[in-house]
Amino acid sequence: MNTLVLTVLTLGVLGILLAVILYFVAQRFKVEEDPRIDDVEKMLPGANCGGCGFAGCRAMSEALVNRDNIASLFCPVAGGDTMKTIANLLGKVAPDKEPMVATMRCGGTCDKRPKVNHYDGALNCAVVNTFYVGESACAFGCIGYGDCVDACKFGALKLNKETGLVEVDADKCTACGACVKACPKGLFELRKKWPKNRAIYVACRSKNRGAVVMKACKAGCIGCGKCAKVCAFGAITIESDLAYIDHEKCKLCRKCVNECPTGAIKIENMERLPKEPKVAPAVKSETKAEENK
Amino acid sequence: MKTFPIGGIHPNDNKEWSKDCAIEVLELPAEVRIPMIQHIGAPSTPIVSKGDKVLAGQLIGQAVGFVSANIHSPISGTVTAIDALPNGQGQRRMMVVIKREGDDWVEGVDLSPELKRECTLEPAEIIEKIKNAGIVGLGGAQFPTHVKLTIPEGQKAEVLIINGVECEPYLTSDYRNMIERGEMLLTGVEITMRALGVERAIIGVENNKPDAIEHLRNIIRRDNYRGIVVEPLKLRYPQGGEKQLIAAVTGRQVAPPPALPISEGAVVCNVSSAIAIYEAVQKNKPLVERVVTVTGKSLKSTHNYLARFGTSLNTLLDLAGGLPEGDVKILNGGPMMGRAIVDVTAPLIKGCSGITIISGDEAARGKEMACIKCAKCVSVCPMGLEPYLLSKLARLQKWDMAEEHNTVDCIECGCCSYTCPSNLPLLDYIRIGKQTVMTNIRARALADKK
Amino acid sequence: MATRIFAAPSPHIHGGESTRRIMGDVVLALLPALAVSTYILGLRVLFITAVAVLSCVVFEYLINRLFLKRKSTIGDLSAVVTGVLLAFNLPVGIPWWIVVIGALVAIGIGKMTFGGLGCNPFNPALTGRIFLLIAYPVQMTDWTTGVPDALSGSTLLADVKYNTSLLSEVDFLQMLGGHMNGSMGEIGALALILGGIYLLWRKVISWHIPVAVLGTMAIFAACVGLGKGGELVYQLPLFHILAGGALLGAIYMATDYSTSPMTHKGMIIYGVGIGLLTMIIRLWGAYPEGMSFAIFIMNAATPLINKYCRPKRFGTK
Repeated sequence: MNTLVLTVLTLGVLGILLAVILYFVAQRFKVEEDPRIDDVEKMLPGANCGGCGFAGCRAMSEALVNRDNIASLFCPVAGGDTMKTIANLLGKVAPDKEPMVATMRCGGTCDKRPKVNHYDGALNCAVVNTFYVGESACAFGCIGYGDCVDACKFGALKLNKETGLVEVDADKCTACGACVKACPKGLFELRKKWPKNRAIYVACRSKNRGAVVMKACKAGCIGCGKCAKVCAFGAITIESDLAYIDHEKCKLCRKCVNECPTGAIKIENMERLPKEPKVAPAVKSETKAEENK
Repeated sequence: MKTFPIGGIHPNDNKEWSKDCAIEVLELPAEVRIPMIQHIGAPSTPIVSKGDKVLAGQLIGQAVGFVSANIHSPISGTVTAIDALPNGQGQRRMMVVIKREGDDWVEGVDLSPELKRECTLEPAEIIEKIKNAGIVGLGGAQFPTHVKLTIPEGQKAEVLIINGVECEPYLTSDYRNMIERGEMLLTGVEITMRALGVERAIIGVENNKPDAIEHLRNIIRRDNYRGIVVEPLKLRYPQGGEKQLIAAVTGRQVAPPPALPISEGAVVCNVSSAIAIYEAVQKNKPLVERVVTVTGKSLKSTHNYLARFGTSLNTLLDLAGGLPEGDVKILNGGPMMGRAIVDVTAPLIKGCSGITIISGDEAARGKEMACIKCAKCVSVCPMGLEPYLLSKLARLQKWDMAEEHNTVDCIECGCCSYTCPSNLPLLDYIRIGKQTVMTNIRARALADKK
Repeated sequence: MATRIFAAPSPHIHGGESTRRIMGDVVLALLPALAVSTYILGLRVLFITAVAVLSCVVFEYLINRLFLKRKSTIGDLSAVVTGVLLAFNLPVGIPWWIVVIGALVAIGIGKMTFGGLGCNPFNPALTGRIFLLIAYPVQMTDWTTGVPDALSGSTLLADVKYNTSLLSEVDFLQMLGGHMNGSMGEIGALALILGGIYLLWRKVISWHIPVAVLGTMAIFAACVGLGKGGELVYQLPLFHILAGGALLGAIYMATDYSTSPMTHKGMIIYGVGIGLLTMIIRLWGAYPEGMSFAIFIMNAATPLINKYCRPKRFGTK
């Protein structure tokens, strides 16, 4: 009986004592935190992808709550609407951003870009990039070991074994930008997301001269400049033998697609313009006639 | 017998394939391609233009900044193009293409075979001559030699160490140089000692080359080369690593990066570089040629060529009977640290001590399996690192942890991958980790400055 | 045949070591002990070993294919090693179905739940043995069943534990050759040592762990013997090294790659720990033999040892 009482007493006193200590410690080291941070964090996707530039969603929420001007903060995964809701909650002005999508800019499929050597090292694009150009003769093309696929947290990228290229699922892509960082060849770009996932872009990053490109890959941009000439919106520029379509200026008119002799300009979820072979000479003769005048 | 303190492996040295092939002077090529970057540092600027006539030994690429190297025309002829052309790894680099016409040298170059031993130049003059001649480390690292010989203020060189180890399997160019050009080598060493102001030079040679050790010792005794000793070293890879060699011959370990060998008073120079120094200083001959081994079990013949830079690798391989059929790996250098070549139209460059052909089953890697934590990689690492861990951290992209575990110490010798029973590509990933961490460190240093 | 150019980062050659070769070497090194055991205890030794090996291999194959949905890993022979080691830790008279259960625990729980070879924190064979020792204590300590000319009911370790004066009757030469009670693999001391020398020669193991384990045990036993006086100073150490699973454990079980430390310094600490724990259990614990438990406990300490025992970085003092 005595033992029992003693045990209960000891443990009871010990418990109370520790509780008191814990209470004071908790008071002393209490971290004052804005409760809104938790609310904001709940509204963010919680993928901790780093697409916003912060280490994770928590860090982003803290920045959103603590900064006065949040115009530069944007969660590409949550998108514009969620950002607006968050801004309303915090009484701040939300950044105005259009939805974006990652675009893989290489069209060098296995049949168009022949392999000239056999890679035998670790199956990782960054490893390949440490010492040579890759299995094809093109130094700019997709290596095809899927560093970007590993980096994508949303399952939006897939390696197509048949073409040897990575494909983007625009519906799953959140434009977090992880692939842009992961690709050692810099093939990814975040471009404006059109309705119905329509897109037009130059699927080539080769800065080599036309003759060199042709030798390495049948689908490469040779920098001929035909697309730039035909573009009515001045969206296409040619720099170091490579065409680039500015997605801010492009109106998806599709004229450039038909002009491209190598098919380097890719068109997605849209029909090509019907070919009008007879019109072309007519236009030419007209301009000539004009010149003659 | 001396050797370095930790780690190391014993690969089959395979030197017998080419060690008895005397140096052959390669016929002058019809055309050369000279890359404007054949060294560590800033690429040189081409100072000739298309259509220019050049002489052999004429400066065609001007060094940019201190850590850079001059580049000279190896033949006389006409510049036909200055263009981005593929190197051995398929990467396009600025190259000057010269079509050969005759073999005329610039004035002042002494092409006579007689040995010229006396040197009365001041150290600064010697280093200036080395710099003008565009000499870089010919063992493979391609670090500009004049930078190495310029001792930073507050530090003092005590000993010159000459690297005659050639621990890479297959390669025999340094060996042939020691056997056939021993006098030039020792005179070069003497001049380098003068440039550094040191009294002592140690030539480290592995004991699989006893005749080279004997030969050099005989010349030293016969011609009275003072202060130069030949140190036989126990056969072990990577003895030719700069820090390993210093530890092997002096017993002193250079502290981890960023410490340099000079912190232990040592300057290391390759055998072939010492010969180049001799030619540059005594004969006014810039660096335009080197001895290169062409070897491999499956080649019809093996050779040690004295070849001009810019010669197409194809030419060298054709003379050895062409590429064998089946699966081959063409290596710039030896099988442990050499770089795989995928474009044989690429030119011979300064750092290429050999073209090694590995074929058949040897060319392909084994199947990757799970790490069994056997710790063999830890025990062979000559830098005292944990390769299995560094490799894993790099795979997981944990750069901070990789830095904590000293991934920048890695000398990329490849002992870990060589010894791994699970065929894991340890070094492939460690290299990425090392590069990323070094970039991070540099970025931090830059940020600190601001 | 056309020329195909291969490309890979350096190094371009490999030393030829393989997991399969290493595991094969371990099996080879265990063969002399198996032969001695078969000679002394009869053909049932081979039967039990075969059952253990077969069930380990089959379980690994099935778990890989059915649960993990990946390629089978039995080609690396590690399941064979686990099987042989498990069998070596069992008394010869054990019913075959207990062996199968032991194999299931060894492979299923000890190895595959952690991700297979190289990921297991505990030695799989030991996991199996310890499970059986707790689940089937009677069968696991019955040294008489199946033995041709029944020696005695208990092991020498158990006898000596309670009566050290028995030591003077122990014939050490006989122990070396293999005449004593115990698990199938424990009894041929000389054969085990021979296998160990082979493994050292083939560089499958390094000397650090076995020497640390056995050295610690010997020193500990010598100290105890010194306290008791007399000839025990040298008898006790010799006895403890030769008796029970000391040699089998120190050479073959403690050196298991994935469960032992990575650096030589760590290996020594690990070995000393095993030696100490073994002796403490043997002298003052409830069990006559403590090798399995000692290795098991030190397996658990391995990650910690790895964390604090880094190799010496080149260029540091």
